[in-house]
Amino acid sequence: MSKTYYDPADLRKFSKITEWSEELGNKFFEYYGKVFEDGALTAREKSLIALAVAHTEQCPYCIDAYTKDGLQRGVTKDEMMEAIHVGAAIKSGATLVHGVQMMNKVNKLDG
Amino acid sequence: MTKVKTQSLQKKGSDLAQSNRQLEILSNGIFQSGELPTFKAKISETSQFPLKAKKLEILQINVGYMCNQVCEHCHVDAGPDRKEIMTRDTMRQCLEVIKNSGAHTLDLTGGAPEMNPDFRWFVEEAAKVGIKDFIVRSNLTIIRANKKYYDLPEFFKKHNVHVVSSMPHWTRGKTDKQRGDGVFDKSIKALQELNAVGYGMPDSNLRLDLVYNPSGAFLPGDQMSMEKDFKKALMEDFGIQFHNLFAITNLPIARFLDYLIASENYEDYMYQLVDAYNPAAVKNVMCTNTLSISWDGYLFDCDFNQMLELPVNSKAKHISEFNEELLEGRNIVISQHCYGCTAGAGSSCQGVVA
Repeated sequence: MSKTYYDPADLRKFSKITEWSEELGNKFFEYYGKVFEDGALTAREKSLIALAVAHTEQCPYCIDAYTKDGLQRGVTKDEMMEAIHVGAAIKSGATLVHGVQMMNKVNKLDG
Repeated sequence: MTKVKTQSLQKKGSDLAQSNRQLEILSNGIFQSGELPTFKAKISETSQFPLKAKKLEILQINVGYMCNQVCEHCHVDAGPDRKEIMTRDTMRQCLEVIKNSGAHTLDLTGGAPEMNPDFRWFVEEAAKVGIKDFIVRSNLTIIRANKKYYDLPEFFKKHNVHVVSSMPHWTRGKTDKQRGDGVFDKSIKALQELNAVGYGMPDSNLRLDLVYNPSGAFLPGDQMSMEKDFKKALMEDFGIQFHNLFAITNLPIARFLDYLIASENYEDYMYQLVDAYNPAAVKNVMCTNTLSISWDGYLFDCDFNQMLELPVNSKAKHISEFNEELLEGRNIVISQHCYGCTAGAGSSCQGVVA
């Protein structure tokens, strides 16, 4: 048994989740594959969104997967870092915007 | 920081300059333990073993390993220090085969083929045979390397040569990382010069195709999407046009194998190749319709087998013994590097195959 919670080799085993719940697993992978196809957004644009979300979710598997996916699609380092900043800006903005709630409460209790 | 590359593995005396050492690595470890299936086991699953040569369509001639560049991924381990060069005598033997074989495509490669002192003579003679598609694989920078090469675009045009050139990315950083400092700027200049004489124009018969291969331990993306991105960027940034982009997978041999091991990416890369295995690509792998000829006239199933010193499985092993009937139907010699040609949409010197 691994002594760490995350093992990079586990990413390769992702598809095995179907073994314990075949129908749901297959439905998930079918949906997942469909989501990342070219559509109104290109697969390349979706890959960059996935990379940003991978960081906000702090999922090491997803970061590995979508960094490699981006490289395969010719995405540059600049594009990758800009995408991550979008994620970081939303994360920090989401924290800070709650400051208004704090201000409202202070004003109500001690205004 | 961009690394400056100056020496081949052979010059450095690296263990990996030996083909048998490379073959050992490709057969041991994860393949020996059964963690990953061997290529033979994999193609046997769909009854595709042994792979057999079909009718000969492409003659690929390696006219020498000398090159003005020392690219990180080079499967030839080419460089300025490599002295293996095809002689005019061997070229004469090749010309006889070109005249008499049924191949419709002649593909000259290297090294930098233009550095062979008899390159121009060979092109002039081969062009007279009237082969349908006459390819020269040019690294582009050679056109700007020395005054004596400046007229190459005109020379190619005169002989209606189909130019196929390497271009790892449309950005300077990624290109120079793989191919060496200054390669991007020289390549752009060379492409502009090829465009200036008519190469790569939408309606031009002067074919100019680019080869993309990844700059690191990952597989190439979709060829058509990459072509679209390359065309857009090269046109917007430099006004450059070209016909098609061939996306080629890096095979785990020579300098790319050295890089994979040194960067601790070897196992992960082999997993990627095996996971992406596509049985449909096996049907059209280039070794089934191509014959590779080395600088000293020996015959191989492909340029990769040439570098691994795996000769054809046939009584005819040298250009002097060439016999098309004897070679057709031969069993292709395989090892785990072959996974590189069957991953995803497949990979060949002409790009995807599936």
